[in-house]
Amino acid sequence: MKRLIALLALVLALPLAAPVLGQDTMPPAPYAYQQLEDPALEAKAQELMFTLRCLKCQSQSIADSDAPMAGDMRHQVRTRIAAGEDPEAIRAWLVSRYGDYVSYKPHLSSSTWPLFAIPVIVVLVAGFAIVRRMRARK
Amino acid sequence: MIPEIGLAALWLSAALAALQLIGGLLGAGEKSHPLAALVRPAALLQAGLCGLAFLCLLYSFIVTDLSVLLVANNSHSMKPMVFKIAGAWSNHEGSMLMWVTIMAVAGGAIALIERRLPERTMLATLGAQAFVGLGFYAFLLISSNPFERLNPAPPEGSGLNPLLQDVAAAYHPTTLYVGYVGLSVAFSFAVGALLTRNVTPDFARVMRPWVLGAWIFLTIGITAGSYWAYYELGWGGWWFWDPVENASLMPWLAATALLHSASVLAARDALRTWTIMLGVVAFSMSMVGTFLVRSGILTSVHAFAVDPERGSFILALLAINIGGALALFATRAGTVAEGERFSPMSREGALVVNNVMLSAILGIVLLGTLYPLLTEAFGVKVSVGPPYFDPVSAIFFFPMMAVLVIGPLLRWRKDSFARVKWPVLIAAALGLAVLIGTAVLTDIAVLALLGLGLSIAVAVSSFMPLRGRSLRRLPLAVWGMCIGHFGLAVALFGMSADSAFQQERLIASDIGDVVDIGPWQVRLDAVKPAAGPNWVAMEAEMQVAYEGGKWRDARPQDRHFWAPPQETSEVALITRWNGQLYVAMGNQVQDGRWQLRLWWKPFVTWIWYGGLLIALGGVLALVGRVVSDLRRRSAAGKLAERREEQEARA
Amino acid sequence: MRKVRIGLWVLVGIATFLFGLFAYQLSQPKEEFVKSAMVGQEIPAFDLPAASGSRPALSSADLADGKPKLLNIFASWCVPCAAEAPQLAELERAGVPIVGVAIRDREEDVDRFLATYGNPFTRIGRDDISEVQLSLGSSGVPETFVIDGKGRITYQHIGDIRPEQVSMILEELRKAGA
Repeated sequence: MKRLIALLALVLALPLAAPVLGQDTMPPAPYAYQQLEDPALEAKAQELMFTLRCLKCQSQSIADSDAPMAGDMRHQVRTRIAAGEDPEAIRAWLVSRYGDYVSYKPHLSSSTWPLFAIPVIVVLVAGFAIVRRMRARK
Repeated sequence: MIPEIGLAALWLSAALAALQLIGGLLGAGEKSHPLAALVRPAALLQAGLCGLAFLCLLYSFIVTDLSVLLVANNSHSMKPMVFKIAGAWSNHEGSMLMWVTIMAVAGGAIALIERRLPERTMLATLGAQAFVGLGFYAFLLISSNPFERLNPAPPEGSGLNPLLQDVAAAYHPTTLYVGYVGLSVAFSFAVGALLTRNVTPDFARVMRPWVLGAWIFLTIGITAGSYWAYYELGWGGWWFWDPVENASLMPWLAATALLHSASVLAARDALRTWTIMLGVVAFSMSMVGTFLVRSGILTSVHAFAVDPERGSFILALLAINIGGALALFATRAGTVAEGERFSPMSREGALVVNNVMLSAILGIVLLGTLYPLLTEAFGVKVSVGPPYFDPVSAIFFFPMMAVLVIGPLLRWRKDSFARVKWPVLIAAALGLAVLIGTAVLTDIAVLALLGLGLSIAVAVSSFMPLRGRSLRRLPLAVWGMCIGHFGLAVALFGMSADSAFQQERLIASDIGDVVDIGPWQVRLDAVKPAAGPNWVAMEAEMQVAYEGGKWRDARPQDRHFWAPPQETSEVALITRWNGQLYVAMGNQVQDGRWQLRLWWKPFVTWIWYGGLLIALGGVLALVGRVVSDLRRRSAAGKLAERREEQEARA
Repeated sequence: MRKVRIGLWVLVGIATFLFGLFAYQLSQPKEEFVKSAMVGQEIPAFDLPAASGSRPALSSADLADGKPKLLNIFASWCVPCAAEAPQLAELERAGVPIVGVAIRDREEDVDRFLATYGNPFTRIGRDDISEVQLSLGSSGVPETFVIDGKGRITYQHIGDIRPEQVSMILEELRKAGA
């Protein structure tokens, strides 16, 4: 039992030691780990959160991250969705703060057009290759 | 002493590779060149010596010889034996040594057993294999010597990183690696065939088992990696389109296409140029993947062992090998005669669609993965993620699945739809019924809906090729094809079902609270501390029940490692045939309740069962091919014997 | 056949292009930070409670009083924030008004931090859920924004201010009209 208590003390002491590691001890924002009551709104928020990049992590969405900042961003998304804001408006708000980097969903712009043009070309080339094969025989 | 033997063996095998390269090229150019006779023995000896070098490194790790720098940096006398052994290749130098060892052993195996191709083509192939190998020998011996000594030896090694002591972390990169290197053999065969202008069905038959073998390893590696991310990251995701994941997917896509085009070339002598090109592309993708992972130029969750200098070396090898092969190819392409023609309504026609679609997906994944790198060169940071990859790859993936319903039923060369009408209609009708039924009853996304319908159709049609055939006399390779395609359907079903029907609950729970999640009831009984060798954790004692049935234990942990300090979530997974309950534990809230993250993920395990079935299909096909090759060879041998006897009698 | 050849040369071209891109990126230092897209924009409206008993609260209205300022995003739990404290003190001595935003912090922790490392701030707002940080396009602590007299963001400094960077910050403030 004594060992158990010592262990427990150690576990509880870990968060206190945290400032040294550069981690805060504050509770997460209310909606960081809490879903919206309305399942339809929550689903909307979920869909958006999966497409927003966690800025403190390496290549993870804010829906897949334990980083405090990802939690704060989830809170933002959920409260704004609950307030009736459109998901794309929230995305646009974040993009106006952090640039395109924050969104995993590239939108058509002067710097991203090849991402959309090349698939169209690929479709055409693929279609052409297949159709030519079909014709070649007839 | 042992490390010095290893180093000497490595230098010797590099010298032998040089001999093999020169002899191979001279022999390929000129009939009966004196050096040509040395090529096969050189390849064999090189395999032996390289194997010996690898064993020397293994030995140093097993006995924890701390006077070897690599061991001192990556091992520890207290490590469990299995991780000591895995430690030999889970670092840069060791993994490069493993790379050349696999290459050398593969080269030796070709030299030993392969006699079906014209000797000149074989010599050119072995020469190409030695050329690729030499680059890696140079890399090892010049900049990453695994046998470097450390004087004085430290009292203890520094590698006791708990996070790398995970069984999955030990085998998952290794499997992928074997797959990557295996594709080098396909590359060498392609270059050899190209150099000697000898692209024949025999070439495809000889290359196919190697591609199959590499592809099996890649399939298992990707499947295992996906499951590892799923249970380790603690948020229930199984594919993130992360650059490193894409780096493993791209060679797999190319190898899958190569596998199918090689069967067209083997059976029908068509798609010659295309198959050669895929052979080059598949290995290119392996090297690009290795480069992306090692150089760290892309941001990824999996980034490890990153070093720009090594990156430049790999890039140089990449440019020499791939650039060289492509340029050779472009100058030679006109001289490879076009193969047989065929009707669109034929097995070949369907396989052409398969190849075009797979190549298109490969192109899209390559584009999306590298695009952020391109814009970064202009100072613009963008992210490309699931919202791009999912729909854009689906444009090509779903038509490919639709063709997969009919393709395997078609005959080679020319067929008519009327002949396969009924099985196709049955499969399509079942798929459509599921699609429409789901669309009416539920409200799920279009991609998931199409995925469900197509997976049913493909699952039904995947076993149709067995119809009307004697199951006992059916070649194993056909079984392999059916099971592989069925596995793809199973995996697609799992992906679609999980993304469409998964349910999530994030709650703060008091002790004794009962929560519903999908068909499950979850009760938190207690939260207690737990401890392991290098961690402490808060462990939740929970009971879960499916649809009011028996209560079962679930014990997720919030785990703290102390060296290095890191917090991980050890999830509890309760598996049923129709899905998994995923329980992750979070922190304590201020009012004393505990954060729990619960997911009910219907059919999610089918993703990985499907992946394993695909690999099993590959294994069956490989065994079938090898066995029938051996049988044919012994039959041919007997025939030759009999002929000799007859001649002797006459 | 000619078409195949052209296709292959296209492939060679693509490969060469990729190798070039890889080589270029290998030679570039890796840009780890996400820059704010708010530089050049009006500072978004906010109103934060006080983070410390020693200084008043902070709202966006306080930033448009005609004088250029520094807005420092910090936290008591952040190690580089302590490291940049002498530089902030130096800037304060040079007469620069500095306001602070404390991220995810408790009052007693902020007080202890300020007592230990000095308090260069005229006002400190308390941002418990990183709301203001997000609206500024800041992705970590510490970060320092230069705000001109009209409340417009003219410069963003990511990471701690090193001793040799103080003069550069002063130059940015001068450009903003100080």
